[in-house]
Amino acid sequence: MSDLLRELEKEQLKDDLPEFGPGDTIRVLYLVREGEKERIQAFEGVCLARRGGGMGETFTVRKVSSGVGVERVFPLHSPFISGIEVVRRGRVRRAKLHYLRGLRGKSARIQEKRPS
Amino acid sequence: MAGLIGRKIGMTRLFDDEGKEVPVTVVQAGPCPVVHIKRPEMESYRAIQLGFGRKKARRSSRAELGHASGAGLDYAPRVLREFKVGGEEEFELGQELTVSLFEPGDRVKVVGTSKGRGFQGVVKRHGFAGRPASHGHPMSRTPGSMGPGTDPSRVIKGKKLPGQMGNARTTVRNLRILKVDPERNLLFVKGGLPGARHSYLFISKT
Repeated sequence: MSDLLRELEKEQLKDDLPEFGPGDTIRVLYLVREGEKERIQAFEGVCLARRGGGMGETFTVRKVSSGVGVERVFPLHSPFISGIEVVRRGRVRRAKLHYLRGLRGKSARIQEKRPS
Repeated sequence: MAGLIGRKIGMTRLFDDEGKEVPVTVVQAGPCPVVHIKRPEMESYRAIQLGFGRKKARRSSRAELGHASGAGLDYAPRVLREFKVGGEEEFELGQELTVSLFEPGDRVKVVGTSKGRGFQGVVKRHGFAGRPASHGHPMSRTPGSMGPGTDPSRVIKGKKLPGQMGNARTTVRNLRILKVDPERNLLFVKGGLPGARHSYLFISKT
C-alpha cells in the first residue's frame, strides 16, 4: 500500500476504540436508523475474532439469545458504531474462537484474564 | 467535455450515509495545464491538449520543451493528451485544470491501460470451461473445435483463441465520483479502475 493511501485511511480510522480481542466480552453500541429516528442498540457478547486491517477491519461478536446463538460481524471503523465497551477480559489461547459455536453451557465459558 | 489526466493511487473503502462500505479507487488527478488548443480554423477540429506530471529537464527533448513553452511552462509534461471540447467553453494556454472540475455525484468515464497478463489460454482469456477436473477426465484446457468443417472450410473471423491478454486500452463508463479533495488533487471514484497502481488514467465527464 502506498504511503498516501495509508495516510488517507488513517484520517478515517477511529482512534477512540478500546483495546479488545478474541475472548473478551464486549458491548457494541450500534446506531440504528428507523425511518427518521436514530437510536442506539447494544449488542453484548463474546468477541470471536478480528480480521482484516485498515479501513476494512471487522470483528465478530457472538451471543446466545433465548437459546439461539446469534453472531454479528461489525466493521470496526463504521460511523454507525458509536462505542465499544469491554465488559470482561477473557483468557484464550487462540486468535479465532470459532470452536465456541459447537459448544454450549459450561464448556462454552471463557476464563477471565487476571491482570498481570 | 474537458477531462483530466491522473495517476491511480490504489483502492480503499469509504462509508456512505447508510453506514455501508463502498469500494473506491483513489486517483491523483491534475493539475493539468492546457498545453495546446486545437481550433477548427487550424486543425479542423476542436480539442485541448492537457499535460500532466513533470519530465526531468535532462530527459526532455528540445522539441518537447519548446512545445510546452508555448503554454508558459519551463518543463515538459510527462503525459500529453487531447480532450475533445465543445465550443461553449473557453480555454487559455497555460490555464490549469484541477479536480474542481468534478463534483461528488458526477458520472465519469475513465480510460486506462489494463494490467498485462501475457499470452493466455482460452480458459483464462475468454472464460471457456475447460474439462472437469475429476471424474476420470484427462486434464485439458484446450479451445476445442474451431467450427464447422468442409463448409465453410475456414475459421469464422473473431473466433476466440489464445493470445495476449491485458495491457490494452480499457474504458470504464458511468463511474460515480464520491469525493473530491482539492488540496491534494485527489478523486475518489466508486469501484475499480483499469491498470496497476501508479498507471496513468484519463478521466472525463460523461
